[in-house]
Amino acid sequence: MITLDDDPFADAVLADPVPLHRRLRDAGPVVRLVRYDVWAMARADEVTRALTDPETFCSSAGVGLSDFRKETPWRPPSLLLEADAPEHDRARRTVTSVLTPKVVKTYRDTFAREAEKLVATLVERGEFDAVADFAEAFPLKVFPDAVGLPAEGREHLLPYGAMVFNGFGPRNHLFTEAMERGAVAREWIAEHCRAENLAPGGLGARIHEAASEFSEEERALLVRSFLSAGVDTTVHALGNAVLCFASYPDQWAALREKPERSRAAFEEVVRFTSPVQTFFRTTTRDVEIGGERIPAGDKVLLFLAAANRDPRRWPDADTFDITRRAAGHVGFGSGVHACVGQMFARLEGEVLLAALARRVTTIELAGEPRPQLSNTLRGLASLPVRVR
Amino acid sequence: MPKVTYVQPDGTSRTVDATVGRSLMQVALDHGVDGIVAECGGNAMCATCHVYVAPERLDDLGPLCSDEEEMLDCTASPRAATSRLSCQLPVTEDLDGLVLRLPEEQL
Repeated sequence: MITLDDDPFADAVLADPVPLHRRLRDAGPVVRLVRYDVWAMARADEVTRALTDPETFCSSAGVGLSDFRKETPWRPPSLLLEADAPEHDRARRTVTSVLTPKVVKTYRDTFAREAEKLVATLVERGEFDAVADFAEAFPLKVFPDAVGLPAEGREHLLPYGAMVFNGFGPRNHLFTEAMERGAVAREWIAEHCRAENLAPGGLGARIHEAASEFSEEERALLVRSFLSAGVDTTVHALGNAVLCFASYPDQWAALREKPERSRAAFEEVVRFTSPVQTFFRTTTRDVEIGGERIPAGDKVLLFLAAANRDPRRWPDADTFDITRRAAGHVGFGSGVHACVGQMFARLEGEVLLAALARRVTTIELAGEPRPQLSNTLRGLASLPVRVR
Repeated sequence: MPKVTYVQPDGTSRTVDATVGRSLMQVALDHGVDGIVAECGGNAMCATCHVYVAPERLDDLGPLCSDEEEMLDCTASPRAATSRLSCQLPVTEDLDGLVLRLPEEQL
């Protein structure tokens, strides 16, 4: 058995996870993390295999470190993320019916207009924080608008997301701090998942309509998935994108030359930086992988980010290259639990990066980027930049 | 190994060796065939690996599942009776000589 003593949830590792990911991949296809008594997989083949075998690697015992069969979760489990077939499939079908590529396309013009508006303001300012003023500002406008949330109270979305994503890790200081900061947000979120608080015609209202076979409480839980999963992830992807382009000016030049590459560029940002770094699964039976026997009922930590930089799968894996074909990365997961809002995220990334590429010649750091530590996400707390 | 041909909208074509068990989408990506975008990586969520199958070979492919059925209504180029999502089509020995026409647009 290959064992490692590293703590993937330690502050220093979360701030710069790449060295640990390399060590994990090199150690072997399956590694035991003794500190948490869990298994880990970090190579593309094994991670993909686990993600696409939900009968063996289940989600209903929680996709964080906590085992729902032994501990009570801090919130009612998600009907999508923390569920298995057949319940999962029923919920998933309902949500996909509301988030089809066709529906997503209907938001294109509105999102593009908002992107132009935001970029114009920022270009005029010249210097700004690419996290607060760009990466947070855009999704916090267009996404809640699309869902049908009121303008007031949106400031609760980020603290709530921070609770959700820190909640997948151990009960460390990040978890405790997020729970304290988010305490007020929980009630607002619960309130705004209910049909009467969602604007007619919005995605939230449409979920309630499409989910007529579910109870009122379950319908609210389905809407909650939008609010938990759809904001922080996109925010981090957009912040990471700006850092990538500030760090690789040749790639910015390549995008400026052809702003229509912005969709592919966003895809490469997701592969390269993996805003969602990890998820757990739990084995439902004894399973042999890479010569190692994992017993039934064990937690397995899947390093999506490490898989996305596995040199066995990606040529020049550690190079940020917007011209590569990044399709097939697991930054949005894979299989039945693959991110149901991924087409929405792509639209947001595409229109915003294209708007920036049309207006901005150079992006420079105007200060040190500060990471935002999270037990699950990789992103920035602040990113001072200067654009010309 | 079965051979599969991908025909571009402009009529140019490429015939490649298709590994049994891979999907026709993965085969296209493995060989760098243009015109298959496959944004969602093969999870029937994006409809960007749309292909038109030669009509006489439709019966050699498995039936449409409900996910594929719904996603085919979201393709960028018009859906036809011969439309399929290549991510949902596993390669078998029976598919040798299969010809797939690629649509004008995938996004």
